[in-house]
Amino acid sequence: MDLLDTFRAETRAWLEANCPAEMRQPIARDADVCWGGRNVKFTGEAQRLWLERMGARGWTVPEWPREYGGGGLSKDEAKVLASEMRRIKARSPLASFGIWMLGPALLKYGNEEQKREHLPRIARGEIRWCQGYSEPGAGSDLASLRTSAEDMGDHYLVNGQKVWTSYADKADWIFCLVRTDSTAAKHLGISFLLFDMASPGVSTSPIKLISGASPFCQTFFDNVKVPKQNLMGAPGKGWDIAKYLLTHEREMIGDMDAGGQRDSVSQIARRTLGMDAAVLADTGLRTDIVRHEINAWAFALTMERVKDEAKAGQGVGALSSMLKYYGTELNKDRQQLLMSVAGSDGLAWEGPAEGEGDLARGWLRSRANSIEGGTSEINLNIIAKRVLSLPGA
Amino acid sequence: MALTLTDDQKMIRESADGFFRTEAPVSQHRKLRDTADATGFDRATWAKMAEMGFAGVLVPEAHGGAGFGHVAAGLIMEAIGRNLSAAPMLSTAILGTTALVTGGSAEQQARYLPLIAEGKRLFALAADEAARHAPAHVATTATPSGNGFKLNGTKGFVLDGHVADTLIVAARTSGDHDSRDGITLFLVDATSAGIAIERRAMVDSRNAARISFDDVQVDGADVLGAVGEGFGILEKVLDAGRACLAAEMLGVSSESFARTVDYLKQREQFGQKIGSFQALQHRAAHLFCEVELARSTMLRALVALDSCDDRSSQFASLAKAKCGEVAKLATNEAVQMHGGIGMTDDFDIGFFMKRARAAQETFGDIAFHGDRLARMMGY
Repeated sequence: MDLLDTFRAETRAWLEANCPAEMRQPIARDADVCWGGRNVKFTGEAQRLWLERMGARGWTVPEWPREYGGGGLSKDEAKVLASEMRRIKARSPLASFGIWMLGPALLKYGNEEQKREHLPRIARGEIRWCQGYSEPGAGSDLASLRTSAEDMGDHYLVNGQKVWTSYADKADWIFCLVRTDSTAAKHLGISFLLFDMASPGVSTSPIKLISGASPFCQTFFDNVKVPKQNLMGAPGKGWDIAKYLLTHEREMIGDMDAGGQRDSVSQIARRTLGMDAAVLADTGLRTDIVRHEINAWAFALTMERVKDEAKAGQGVGALSSMLKYYGTELNKDRQQLLMSVAGSDGLAWEGPAEGEGDLARGWLRSRANSIEGGTSEINLNIIAKRVLSLPGA
Repeated sequence: MALTLTDDQKMIRESADGFFRTEAPVSQHRKLRDTADATGFDRATWAKMAEMGFAGVLVPEAHGGAGFGHVAAGLIMEAIGRNLSAAPMLSTAILGTTALVTGGSAEQQARYLPLIAEGKRLFALAADEAARHAPAHVATTATPSGNGFKLNGTKGFVLDGHVADTLIVAARTSGDHDSRDGITLFLVDATSAGIAIERRAMVDSRNAARISFDDVQVDGADVLGAVGEGFGILEKVLDAGRACLAAEMLGVSSESFARTVDYLKQREQFGQKIGSFQALQHRAAHLFCEVELARSTMLRALVALDSCDDRSSQFASLAKAKCGEVAKLATNEAVQMHGGIGMTDDFDIGFFMKRARAAQETFGDIAFHGDRLARMMGY
């Protein structure tokens, strides 16, 4: 414990000295989240400095090895860092699909050259990645994807179309599932390709969602030339990488709620509805809220337990599916409750007031949580098959 | 404190699992019911539980107990839940011990705790009066008389009340019917003059009694804790009971879930295993998640009690509420997925649903604990 205490003291001192005051404010707008990349637009010098300082220390990716731009911290040290950041309400310096999704897969499946090329730039937030998975005809049945990569000797020629590509219009590089063998069984003809979105033949088109926002794009590949060294893993082994990466994506989506940074529904309800004789003024909603918070609390404890068990080498199988399924259903429940708490004020869409329409947009955005990254139903299928070993699942 | 088991706790879990599976399985529960056993549990099994250190799991070593703590007590209760083992574990080993450890004088502790650890004296908590759990609702009175008090009133739902040697009685020495102030706890010999005990057969075949007190004289030395300040002790006793009931309900949930998943893999209809139907797969997978969530709340509540966490009451309410809801879902689904056979008395699965219902009601369901949690969290 002594070493960890020393680490905590040093970390606390460093954060105090290096985390700008502006970066200790709650995230109020989408722009407050820094995604990095070639075309990054910082909200101000504080955001830029915070990313630069954390990136230089490898603390954007505390547990990655130092030689790849990470912090080289143990799980315990990373926990200390996270708790010290929470203590001063420090914002995360960098939001990144490179960190959450590609990085872990690169560490496991990438060759040395690929790791050295990509990981440090992800850690420092220099390159922003997007994920080329779903296609118009391949959603829940992802393995039926048809985007092709033809072997042209010294390069692959990529043709096809992806959909639901998050922030493809803002991304610098894409990690992409492509079919390299159209004669093999559907899971076996898939390969995992990395390429620059600036390559000739790549185009994107945003999709407007029910929330009015366009976080997703359609992405088109028209005779895109990709160098052969950009293939990650062996040809035809892309599905294994895809599944591995999806488990990280699911944990990330499921975990969105567990940071504890947001106000609870009851805190918001107390401000909005007020109190009457020591209880929330709306007793019907109060019952709904407390039942939600019981589940939210139980879920947060489960995330904690799963991490403790992973550390102790115990653990339950197919966890990412459980966390993704339950976490996203909870978040949808939360957003619906917040709409109820706000009443008719929550229906506002556009207006002169600051933040007008945010709540309704947040609610509508949350509906995608249980669809993206594997639907709730697909995740229940996975639990039925891998954990419960039910027949035919 | 981490939500994982230590090696010692894992050993206790294994020994408890093995013990109840062989010594007090569901078949023993069935036999006790079918023979309308007067005691309602097997005294020989209880004696063995004392030898194993289970009866004294919360009794400090200085008083001859095992002093294993609440996580261990919960693991024992979970094994009891899996096997539906009937034993005075909750009433005596959990509630009785906690009352004495929390509120007992040195003399009371020295007198009773070793007897609990040895399995030689049974306790019952005579607190609830209303049918819906409301611990502050105490109409039973204790009026000064001689060198002590006279008790008058009725307690409706006293677990193991018909076999207890000592009753822990909550009575009012001052204040209104629903006030937290003015409640006093008494240690009362169950054979005292003026006590009438009526055994009530419950839906889960466990023991409960309706007990009336008619001018029952108790000595001043038998007050547990301070006069008028019994509610604080009672809350601690109830919280330990709630966390341990949560553990028992988790055992009920996980066992009925396991039996159901097995059944889904065996039963055939339409020429295939019914477990191959997605309509059932998704419900089973959802239930798996719920049982995992329940387990986390239970562990947290027990760990909180062991570490004297100042949020122990919150975690006890959380665990009781969540594990109760999950036990209800798990046993309802178990009966439904077993179909017609699940409705038959010959088949065991119905026992789990009955036990889940009783355990859920005992010391507050989700409506009670949801309200309690919300108040503790300021809304």
